[in-house]
Amino acid sequence: MKDIRPRVKVPATVKAGEAFTVKTLINHPMVSGFGKDKKTGKTIPREIINHFSCDFEGQNVIAMELDPAISANPYIQFQAKVDKSGTMTFTWKDDDGSVYTKTAPVKVG
Amino acid sequence: MNLTRRDVMALGAGGAALAMLPLPASAADQAAIDAAIQKFTGGAKPKTSGVKLTAPEIAENGNTVPVEVEADGATEILVIAPNNPLPEVFKASFGPLSGGSSASTRIRLAGTQDLTAIAKMKDGSFAMAKRTVKVTIGGCGG
Amino acid sequence: MKRTQLKTVLAVAAVAALALAGVARADEAMAPDMSKVLEINGEKMITHTKAPKNIPGLSEIYSGWLFRSPSTQQMETDDIDNPGMTGEAMGETEWTNVDGTEGKSCASCHGDLAKMKGVRTHMPKVNKDGVLWSMENYINDCRTNRMGAKPWKWSGADMQDMVAAISVQSRGMPMDVQTDGPAAKYWKEGEKMYYTRYGQLQLSCANCHEDHYGDNIRADHLSQGQINGFPTYRLKTGKLTSIQNRFKGCIRDTRAHTYAEGSPELTALELYVASRGNGLSVEGVAVRP
Repeated sequence: MKDIRPRVKVPATVKAGEAFTVKTLINHPMVSGFGKDKKTGKTIPREIINHFSCDFEGQNVIAMELDPAISANPYIQFQAKVDKSGTMTFTWKDDDGSVYTKTAPVKVG
Repeated sequence: MNLTRRDVMALGAGGAALAMLPLPASAADQAAIDAAIQKFTGGAKPKTSGVKLTAPEIAENGNTVPVEVEADGATEILVIAPNNPLPEVFKASFGPLSGGSSASTRIRLAGTQDLTAIAKMKDGSFAMAKRTVKVTIGGCGG
Repeated sequence: MKRTQLKTVLAVAAVAALALAGVARADEAMAPDMSKVLEINGEKMITHTKAPKNIPGLSEIYSGWLFRSPSTQQMETDDIDNPGMTGEAMGETEWTNVDGTEGKSCASCHGDLAKMKGVRTHMPKVNKDGVLWSMENYINDCRTNRMGAKPWKWSGADMQDMVAAISVQSRGMPMDVQTDGPAAKYWKEGEKMYYTRYGQLQLSCANCHEDHYGDNIRADHLSQGQINGFPTYRLKTGKLTSIQNRFKGCIRDTRAHTYAEGSPELTALELYVASRGNGLSVEGVAVRP
């Protein structure tokens, strides 16, 4: 069982309609599928986070298709803007079918 | 085989020249690169301005290279690493609550190459930027 | 396979070239760019200071952070930017996790993790029986003797996540390992190792990290080999690396058989190398190539 724990960082308060920076980090080995087991010589099967998205109260901020070229422990940073306070939802999808989510409150002040 | 110091130095010099070259054996072929771009642009010819691609000129390690793409007014941005075994790196799509068409992440680069970003604009046109990132092989187990 | 061999030969050649060119030079040469200031989550770190009196080979000491490129430096400035902090978070959770036959967690005896503040600055440290121990030894002693749990592998993720969680509690505090009293004999042994040439390449730690810091070894920018930032997240492996694992890597690069992690030799060397950085901030989890 993988122990996956996403982290996100959103400013404490934001201004309505003004862009702000969102940072996310998730622990994941991002096995590329191009590596070989040193002992057996067999290719180690790919297992990556293949999709990331961020939504706010049902509306999309960003969606990303990720390929094996993304480094271990994926870090993603982007800009968002909202008009009201609410909840931001972050979603990471794993090749193995797992879905990891995290939410963060956004306060307009 | 007995390696004298001079032999080792000579080998080293040859090796240095080799190391400067990209890694053709592991890199994707041109067809795969073209296909990835074609799939995104539908064959449209991208402009050469309007996309900002930020990455270090020399990466301290090819396994974790910070990159940032930004294209004002873009709805989607595709990033391609042509000398990687799989050219696609990521594709970002910007939703209605995006605060600017930009994204940063960290990527793997299999050798020195021209990292490429292509942006799809709101009007359906495309823009492209390239940046050479040198990936060095370190002296200490790198 | 061919490539790997070539790489090895190449590395050897580079090291050999360095050794040949190695006319020992004055300590002040090739100092890193000290206008750069490391702040982690807004807290200022000590990345350079006067060398300790018992380190005559150096006049100033520098954190490895100063030798890195701007993009690598930036990754250490905030916990969300620092991929090594994902491991630290695991260690933090493990602190209160009950494991073993005695029904105890770390917290059962030690209380809040924050009470570990200062511990990292004194590691390695001579234990109550007069034996020099690294933090990994203390952790496994707790696990086996107090918790009835299985010991962790020295450089395994469990262990280094815990070392990271404990180290972060001392972040910003200057390293302050003991070098006299009961530690003196270990320190002397470590000092001797530091200046001993090892391997087919006949290189000592000092050849690179005292005589040539600031120089390039092929594309690598040599640092003073300070360990105040460990455990370190390596961009190359995407994992936390232990101090003694890094020592093994260095010794391997001299084409020598290395000592085992946790051996008395590497622990003595760890004490000596730690003492060369007495005065530099514990960086918790450093980020290095």
